This record gives sequence, C-alpha cells and structure tokens, in this order.
Amino acid sequence: MNQPLLQVENLVKNFELRANSGIRKTKRIVQAVSDVSFSVDKGQTLGIVGESGSGKTTVGRCILQLLDITSGTISFEGKTLGGLSFEEMRQIRRKMQIVFQDPFASLDPKMTVGSSIAEPLVVQGVAGNHEEKVASLLELVGLAADHAKRFPHEFSGGQRQRVGIARALALDPALIVLDEPVSALDVSIQAGVVNLFGDLQKRLGMSYVFIAHDLSVVRHIADRVAVMYLGKIVEIGDKKSIYEHPTHPYTKALLSAVPIPNPTTERSRSRIMLEGDVPSPVNPPSGCRFRTRCWKATELCASSEPQLVVRPTGQLSACHFPE
Amino acid sequence: MTEFATISPKRMAMRRFLSHKAAVGSCVLLSIMVLAVILAPISARYGVNESVRKPPNTFLPPQKLAWFGTDDIGRDLYSRLIYGIRVSLIIGLFTAVISTVIGCVVGAVAGFRGGRFDDIVMRVTDLFLAFPFLVALLVIRNTLGSIGWLIAIIGDKSSVRFIVFLLSFFGWMGVARIVRGQVLALKEREFIEAARAVGATRRYIVRRHLLPNSIGPIMVALSFAVVGAITAESTLAFFGYGPQAGDGATSLGILVGAAKGAVQTGYWWIAVFPCFALVLISLAINFIGDALRDATDPRLDRGE
Amino acid sequence: MSELVLSIRDLRVTFDTPLGPLEAVRGVDLDVHAGEMMGVVGESGSGKSVTFLAAMGLLPHQAKVSGSVMLNGQEMLGASNKVLRNMRGGLMSMIFQDPLSALNPVHRVGDQIVEMLKAHQQKMSDKDAAKRAVELLDIVGIPQASERAHQYPHEFSGGMRQRVVIAIAIANNPKVLIADEPTTALDVTVQAQILEVIERVQKSFGTAVVLITHDLGVIARVADRVNVMYAGCNVEKGGVESLFDHPSHPYTRGLLASLPHEGVERLTPITGFPPNMLMPPPGCGFAPRCSHVTDACLASLPSLRTFSDLETACIRAEELVVKAGLS
Repeated sequence: MNQPLLQVENLVKNFELRANSGIRKTKRIVQAVSDVSFSVDKGQTLGIVGESGSGKTTVGRCILQLLDITSGTISFEGKTLGGLSFEEMRQIRRKMQIVFQDPFASLDPKMTVGSSIAEPLVVQGVAGNHEEKVASLLELVGLAADHAKRFPHEFSGGQRQRVGIARALALDPALIVLDEPVSALDVSIQAGVVNLFGDLQKRLGMSYVFIAHDLSVVRHIADRVAVMYLGKIVEIGDKKSIYEHPTHPYTKALLSAVPIPNPTTERSRSRIMLEGDVPSPVNPPSGCRFRTRCWKATELCASSEPQLVVRPTGQLSACHFPE
Repeated sequence: MTEFATISPKRMAMRRFLSHKAAVGSCVLLSIMVLAVILAPISARYGVNESVRKPPNTFLPPQKLAWFGTDDIGRDLYSRLIYGIRVSLIIGLFTAVISTVIGCVVGAVAGFRGGRFDDIVMRVTDLFLAFPFLVALLVIRNTLGSIGWLIAIIGDKSSVRFIVFLLSFFGWMGVARIVRGQVLALKEREFIEAARAVGATRRYIVRRHLLPNSIGPIMVALSFAVVGAITAESTLAFFGYGPQAGDGATSLGILVGAAKGAVQTGYWWIAVFPCFALVLISLAINFIGDALRDATDPRLDRGE
Repeated sequence: MSELVLSIRDLRVTFDTPLGPLEAVRGVDLDVHAGEMMGVVGESGSGKSVTFLAAMGLLPHQAKVSGSVMLNGQEMLGASNKVLRNMRGGLMSMIFQDPLSALNPVHRVGDQIVEMLKAHQQKMSDKDAAKRAVELLDIVGIPQASERAHQYPHEFSGGMRQRVVIAIAIANNPKVLIADEPTTALDVTVQAQILEVIERVQKSFGTAVVLITHDLGVIARVADRVNVMYAGCNVEKGGVESLFDHPSHPYTRGLLASLPHEGVERLTPITGFPPNMLMPPPGCGFAPRCSHVTDACLASLPSLRTFSDLETACIRAEELVVKAGLS
C-alpha cells in the first residue's frame, strides 16, 4: 500500500493566553488540539467536523505549518514537517495550499484579483508568463479571464471564493486544506462552489481536508470523516459508517441537531437535545471531555479517558459506552 | 456580473476625499501658499532683510508701501512672512517625512514581530513620549549642539538642518503607534496567512501587503506630523531657539515669537499676521488629514 | 384563522446611498396571525431583514419607507415617537443574530431585563421587576436563574446569551417576536436548544414569531407558514408542508434542489449571482437566474397570486407544474 499523502500523529497544539501585557503575566493554556491522529491518502477527501472549540480550524493551520505545533508529528509525502528550514518548508509549500472561509478577508483589497492569484507564482519564483496561467486558472474556476484586472470589492462573495480557489490551485498542489470554504456564502451559491471542488478533484486528483460545521455539505463531498470535540477526535471512519451508524454519542447528537429541510421527516424524527454549552478549552473536563453533556456519563467517564477503538461497523470511536 | 466600471481602491479613495469640501478648499489654499513661497523672489515685494525705505521705517502700520506693515527695523512683514513660511514649511515637510519613515519602520517591525520585541520597542516609544517635550528639546539641543563631530552631520544648533533633526528625534512616536496598530490588525487577516502559506518571507509581506494597506493611516499621520513640526518649530522660536541663520533669515516661528512684544506695544500687525498664517496652515492641514482618514477608511474597501 | 396581529401592505424601502438609490424592499405584503410561527426565507439582497427593521421603525432617517404596517390595528409607519417607543419591547420585540452586541457589557443581566420591564410597566415595583426577571431567565432555560441574574453578559456562553436576549424580548409579553437569524452565529447543537426555547415561548405565551433565516432546515423544523423573499419582493407564500412538497416558484424550487441530499452526485446550484439592488433587474427579480424565463417575465414586476394552496409570484406557475408532470 502506498504511504498516505498526509500523516498526522499525536498532534498537540496549545495556545498561551497572555492575560495582560505588562510585567507579570498570568498564563492560561488553551488546549486547542490534544493528541489528534489521522491520515489522508492521495486523491481522497477527509472531512473534519466539529463545533466551536473543537480545534478543527487549528488542525488545518497546523497541517500547513501556519502555526507552530506543540508536539506530535506531521508528515507530508513521507517527510516530517517539523524543524525544517524556511527554504525547505517553502519547497513543500508548493504542494499544499489552503482556501479560507471569509471571501472578503482572504484577498488583499489593494491588489487586483490577477495579482492575488499570481502571488504564489511570484513568491515561489516560478518563471514564465504568469498572465496565461492566471487566465487559465480563472477559467478553471468558472470566472472569465478578463476578471484578472478587477479588484476584490467588485465581486460577489461566491466569486471571491472562486478567486481564492484559483489562487490555491496556482502551484498545482497535491493537498488543499479547505477551511469552512462555503460557510460564508449564500445557500444558492454554495452548491456551485461545492460542485467545483468535486470537479477539480476529478480532474486534477488532489486530496482535500475539508473542515466544516455543516454536516450535510461534508457528507456530500467527503470520503472519510473525523468528528472532533474539544480538541479530540471522538469518531473517525468512512462516511457511510459515520452517517448511518454513528457510534459516539456526540456524533449522534450532532447528526440529530442538524435540521433536515423536509417538514414531515424533520418533525417526526426523534431528537437528541444536548444540555448546556461546549466547555472551555482552557479547562477541559477530566476523562472523557464530552461527559458533561452526555446522557450516558458515569464515574468511569470522569476518571478514565476513552481511547479510539475499532467498532463493528468499521469506524473508530472513543467512548466507554458506544451506541 | 459587476455593473460598475473597474474602480481601483485608489480612485475610490480619491472620490471620497474630493467630497470633503473643507479639505478641497484647504488643498487650494495650501497650493496657493506653496506657490507664493516657491516663487519667493517674485512674489515677495522686498528682500528678507531689506528695509522698506529710508527711516522713518520702523513699525509702520499696514499700508500700500508695506501690506502687512513693517517690523522693528523697517522690514516688510509681508515679504518676511513669505520667506518665513518657506523655511517653516521646509522644516515641517522634512521633519514629517523623516519621522514618518522612522515611525513606519519601528511600528511595522514591532507590530509584525510581536512578542518580547514588540514589548521592548513600545516601552522605548513610551519613554520618548513621556519626556516633557520642551525641556527635553532644549536639553538635547544644548547637549548635542556642543558635541563637535556631530555638528558636521546635523548642522549647527541654529541651523534648519539641526532643527529638522531635533524635531524628528521627538516626532516619530505617534506614527510608530499608528502603524503598529494597523499592522496588528492586518496581521491576522487571511490574505496575510495566504501569503505565508505560499512561503512568503516576512519582508515580502511587510512590503507587499502590510505597508500598502496602511497607506491611509500613514498619510494621515504624515499630515498631522507636518502640523506638529511647524507648531513645534514655532514653540522653539518663541523661546528664542529658532533657526537663526544670521543674515535676517526668518521662520514663521520667529515671526510668531515676535508677537509677544507686539501685544504690549500695540503694534497689532506684528502679532496678527504671523499668528493668523500659522492658524490657517494648521487648520488646512488638519482638514486634509481628516479627509484623508475618511477617504482611506478600510471598511469602505469592501465595496459596501 | 386566528386574529391578525401584524399586517404589512405594499411596504417599500429605498436607501439613499452615494452610489444611487438602493431599493431594498419593493412592495411586500405580509400577514402574521396570533400565535403562529412565520418563517421568512431569503438570501443576500432579499430584503428580509430590512422589511422588519422598517416595521419596527428601526431604519435610519435616510431610508425612505412607504406602505402600511398595522400592528394590532394601529398604523406604525409614520407614527409618533411615543407610539413607536411603546411598541418596541411592548407589543413587538426583535432579536438579532449576535447576542453579544445586543447586551450591554457593563450591566448585569438581571438589570437589563428589569430595564425592559420598567420601560413598559412603569408601575411595577423594583422588587416585583427583579422577581419577574428571575422568572423569565428560568422560562428561557437558564439554570440557577436567581444567581445568574447577577452576572454580566461575558460570563455567559453564546447560547446562554441568546437566551437572555430572548428573555428581554418577551419580558412584556409582546404579541409579535421578530427573530432575525437568531441561531446563525451559534453552533448547531446550541441552535437546536434555542429553537426549542423559541417554540416553547410561542406555545406557552401565544406569541406570534417571525423567524427570519436562510436555513431551510430550520424552517422545516419550526415554521407553520413560510414567506420566501427574493430581490426585495415576496416570491412565494404558503403552509410549510405545501411549500416543501410542491413549491411553485422557480427560486424556491432551485433553493431546495441546491441543498445536499442523499444519493445526489452533483448538486444543482442556481446559476447566476444574488441581485444587485442598486440596479434591480427589470420585471421579475429572479429572471436573470431563472431557467424558465420568457419575455413576459421581464415586462413587469409580478405580484403574488393564489395558486392551489400557495401564493406565488411566478407568472408561469401553472405551465411549469404541467412541465414537471410531463418530465
């Protein structure tokens, strides 16, 4: 079996909150990502779902080394990504890119769209005529070549997002991290962009790490899904198993909470209501982090942290009392 | 698709600027002033040290011979004002440019690097700001002015060059703060992260992204720095430490400084015209600065 | 049908912008009956929020508003400031997307509810008001209400804050509660809780709720009747089951079709872009994106008309049903 394109092992990322700037600082540590492991194969899409505080966005940033990780290993094409020099990392950056959530903030308002798309080529010192490449990229994402001269504010949200995608494709990366790429778009526009991701993948064969909170979109596009809660992966496996036979209570609750756009089905199905809110990642609960909202929680859950274990339906989940 | 023609952010900002009538008026006023000042030998009616006529020529009130009257040794105030404004504008401009450059570099580096470095730099900035301005100015002036080898570089303590240096020394802090604030805000924006994700160096990001997006606040800071410098020069001159080149050369500050004597003696024109000129210049630059701030408001770049 | 509490007729709102007049709302008719949950669906440029901001009298002076907004039989547009103040928080309340900015960070949560109570029930004593505030916090599901009433907004999580906002909004038992995207900024598990609170309030107090959202799933879950808006107009209205089962307007159909659902390889987006209301398209607002557009559609802005058990603004509604039946 070929080695996976991306391998993440025991990733930990903590943030220090500086309570105040001055002489004395009280340190509080936010455990954003705590011991997360997964892999992504060539041409595959891994969906990472979770709510606020789950750490999914941080995972995306860590993969791209936009954040320094606290501990753990991230390997890309077999090469470990920690401790590389700026130049070595820059070589690797050609092969992994990112598309951001906010179509307004992800483009420099003072640069033309064409310059933004060409920026990766410029920074990486790619020789040749960038104009042609930019034109072909624009067409690839469903925009027109003469849009290159325009500025971001002249485009709608969906179009700006396409520009962001074109920029991410400029260096022909093997892996693209998609960080909530459609959340900020109108519903009628989302479908077009989601289709675009699928088409591009069929055509160019890259892998995706698709980070989102919208479970229905993830279901549509992902091959495998990881469910995160408070910095940990609570369930991971292929899409079918996760959506049809979820084994972790949180996954069940999450699926239950997403409203189905069909009044008859939606009102007749049984719903799981979680109590309370997501605890703070500064002080996560002991043992199983989900126990404070779980209807099955016992003392065992507080004293012992469940590990990811293979279930009969094929996926892994971390629960003492799986469904 | 889009229904508007391509409007670059620069042109949008220009449009917004031009809608501020006070600022546009100020631009016109300043342009006239600058023109008059550049064409000095032509626009001035007399030389800077030239007597209006043979004595009696001292303290003549405004009249056809001398539009703004004459001073204590019979020189035309109008002409002296033109020459004086020239010197002050030069001081103001150079000081503003130098302190803005220093402030930009300090602010951008501190803001972008952050952490301990940022803390140290900002504490140094605070230190500079904490000094009682006038006292520090005078102390530094006298100390540095007596160091022999420095004089060769920054000029004698009565020269324009020295004053520019002195005022820049104390003028960069405001700009540094503004630029740092802007950089801090921009640092977390996704387009910066996108540049990092492609392997851009820090220097590239500062040059290509941070500075162009900070032009607005920088220009505003620049305009206020000009006013600050001109006012500071006037303050110095008021206390007798202005640029004295000897051969009757004057500055706006010196002319304003002469006002203190005029109040008691009743020669009102000695006070009114220079002070009025100073106020007018300050107001004009302030209006322009305000309009610049509105014109370059980053929120409006989103096309909302 | 129960009594009419809010009746909007031919509402038009135009904003004067530096780039020209922006027609945000172009002739909206809406009826809200006592105790019902009315869903208002729309995307950017639909005018869904502006419609209700106008009804509350919350638009800035530069907005030109015309038409009629009858609340409990009284005309609100052009009413005196006194009438409007009595209305807001009294007969009709509005809650918004971001609970953090809706709450004053320097006042305790209980005090903010008391403030709302006393604004409309001046004769209420401080003691009674405080007591009622705790009761309201309890009703919206805040645990340990009497202690938490003394806390500040930043001590609450996002979902809890939104509950506080709801408590303030229902303090004076309004006839209508307008909720403008109340759950959009919240996590999906919290969204479920908040929707449950809103439903509970609706059922126990008989409050009519106008739920403005872009999420069709939310509509399917809680709405009784639905109003679909596009480009500043109503394009379709009807009962929630009917609308989802046999939508008559191409926009509604397109919206439903573009949602991810099982077994679908490729999603069906609605081609084109959201409308630019500075230069609204001639005729039907949806025409530029509609795959069934004809010349008649571009001629004039169509108005709502009855069509089986719905109301639709599509002039080709009958033909298109037949077409769908044949295919």
